[in-house]
Amino acid sequence: MLLRHTPKEITERSALTINPAKTCQPIGAMYAALGIHGCLPHSHGSQGCCAYHRSALTRHYKEPVMAATSSFTEGASVFGGQANLVQAIDNIFTIYEPEVIAVHTTCLSETIGDDIPQITRKAEADGKIPEGKYVIHVNTPSYVGTHVTGFANMTKAMVDYFAESTGHKIDQINIVPGYVEPSDMEEIKRIAAMMGVRVVMFPDTSKVLNRPQTGKYEMFPEGGVTVEALKTTGDSLATIGLGRLASGPAAQALDTKCNVPCEILDLPIGFKATDRFVDTLRKTLGITVPDIINNERGQLLDIITDMHQYFYGKKVALAGDPDHLIAMTEFLVSIDMWPIHIVTGTSGKKFESRIREITKDSPYPINVKAPGDMFLLHQWIKNEPVDLLMGNTYMKYIARDEDIPLIRMGFPILDRIGHSYFPIVGYRGGMRLLEKILDAILDRQDRDAPEESFELVM
Amino acid sequence: MARRLPYLAQKTVRGHKQDTMRKIAIYGKGGIGKSTTTQNTVAGLAEMGRKVMVVGCDPKADSTRLLLGGLSQKTVLDTLRAEGEDVELEDIRKTGFHGVICVESGGPEPGVGCAGRGIITSINLLEQLGAYAEKLDYAFYDVLGDVVCGGFAMPIREGKAQEIYIVVSGEMMAMYAANNICKGIVKFAEAGGVRLGGLICNSRKVDFELEMIEAFAEQLGTQMIHFVPRDNMVQKAEINRKTVIEFEPEHPQAGEYRTLAKKIEENKMHVVPKPMSTDDLEKLLIKHGLAG
Repeated sequence: MLLRHTPKEITERSALTINPAKTCQPIGAMYAALGIHGCLPHSHGSQGCCAYHRSALTRHYKEPVMAATSSFTEGASVFGGQANLVQAIDNIFTIYEPEVIAVHTTCLSETIGDDIPQITRKAEADGKIPEGKYVIHVNTPSYVGTHVTGFANMTKAMVDYFAESTGHKIDQINIVPGYVEPSDMEEIKRIAAMMGVRVVMFPDTSKVLNRPQTGKYEMFPEGGVTVEALKTTGDSLATIGLGRLASGPAAQALDTKCNVPCEILDLPIGFKATDRFVDTLRKTLGITVPDIINNERGQLLDIITDMHQYFYGKKVALAGDPDHLIAMTEFLVSIDMWPIHIVTGTSGKKFESRIREITKDSPYPINVKAPGDMFLLHQWIKNEPVDLLMGNTYMKYIARDEDIPLIRMGFPILDRIGHSYFPIVGYRGGMRLLEKILDAILDRQDRDAPEESFELVM
Repeated sequence: MARRLPYLAQKTVRGHKQDTMRKIAIYGKGGIGKSTTTQNTVAGLAEMGRKVMVVGCDPKADSTRLLLGGLSQKTVLDTLRAEGEDVELEDIRKTGFHGVICVESGGPEPGVGCAGRGIITSINLLEQLGAYAEKLDYAFYDVLGDVVCGGFAMPIREGKAQEIYIVVSGEMMAMYAANNICKGIVKFAEAGGVRLGGLICNSRKVDFELEMIEAFAEQLGTQMIHFVPRDNMVQKAEINRKTVIEFEPEHPQAGEYRTLAKKIEENKMHVVPKPMSTDDLEKLLIKHGLAG
């Protein structure tokens, strides 16, 4: 009973968040920056921020996450961080030799009002940025938005700094994958490759944060979108942004800056959303969907029909990021499960109405809040119990207290592995999700079944 | 709203808007008459048919009082505090004299919080809401006295005000402040495109004021764009919550502001200033002022 003080009765709160369903902007910015090949993220602020963001990512990916910091002291807070950042840029390019330094700000540097482009131009004028190397930046005050906003902003910065249009179109499309796992990015690329589509994916953390153990440490692993590829995004035929909140700003910036038309889709989680993604690829390039993809789709459909009786009518509570929740809710509804409590820490005007639209045929009243917190989610569960929880590791407290099975999904997952290697997007990802859902539900049924109805075959 | 994918080959090429808006920031020592001068000048520009937006960047939120006929403006930051992040453009701007669009950043009461951050937040919000995307001829930033921290330099960062005018008088401390502001401009001019458009002398009837400010401007490598004489009509209009141009359109002082507006409209002299050392500044004062 770790959360024994959570009361069942819900009272209006105006200024207090308990157990937030979010974390801060720089984490998302740092994660996105790691999706550029040869990039060292740089946190412009005091050391503690950088240490926390690195450790949060390291704990989730079980990979060493490198990032530099401007190491603000009292002096830097008073006089501004210019001297620190210029020195840092010099040190980083001299010692670690990245291709790109991606600077993001913190609460402190935002509040004192450091002007990063002015500082980087100063560094450039002082000869601290070697020929052919880049310093990009994004403003990420933590008191605005969440890690999703930070991811979206850094991804947009990639467009702002690198995308060029030469006037000659290249036969490729851009995919902004959303705030998803390296395994998901890999899966999205695999689907595109099976359809014969040339893709520039940015950011791309596959082969960066899910590396094999080789016995050799590489500071800048082989993965990540290259600067050359980022430059060509302005000449691509189109952009597909997956997840409105995480990918929308970058996709729209490419349209505004380089006239590359874009389509913003839900994350391809589950049956319908993956259909829409595959169909968009098909229509955009005028190609047919190969059998291998139809087979995967058929396999997913087969699991749904075979096991439908176990999905049917199960109630679910979810916490996570809006893009994930929208796609996941739609998937659950499509297999006749009932997501009834849904919270995200990220505010988004359209989120709530979208969730209500997806769940409009639900026999239960739907609780949805953006921004809400896990305390509220727990209270809702106390009032209307559910059969399954889906969300990040922090949900394990609710799972234990209420004795409800938890499927880990989203960010961060600090106590299980798999998310870096096995996707939840695409038809295969859908199959993995169903496997997880069935494991959880059927294990529980086996545990609780009286002896006379303990089934061998299910 | 971004375009959707064209499934067929043809696609429309979106016309890119030409950015002809002049963005101007007004700086100067506290109490020198920045807000009064800005609003009267803006009234002059508005009378000439120009579409102008005034953004007050002062926690006191009194930069648009004369254009709006009173302090009736709800500030951006108050709105943000009351409404959360769902702020609409129409919540935070009002239309005043001759269609001038007025916005007040606002900020914390004296002694608490961070006014500098307030300006950053408020200008970011205006950009997000698309306040600058509309067809405007001018955007004026009226900024609090001294550039005391990074936040107060927000209006002259990249992509924001390109042109600065410093309001000054022949009083030593006003010139001292103007010189300091020039140091700030140099820092931002090195990296970006911000330039000094000139000094506006708001006369305090100091002896030899005109000559002194002209010499000061020359030393800084700029110009005195206009000498605004001191006239009690300004006070009278102010107590009636109006610009002189609105209150007494025929008064000679209204003419002075119209001239200033015209000079700013036609100004082509945009320089990176050369700030003076304190010694040189004092020598100049002695030469033109005290010794004169």
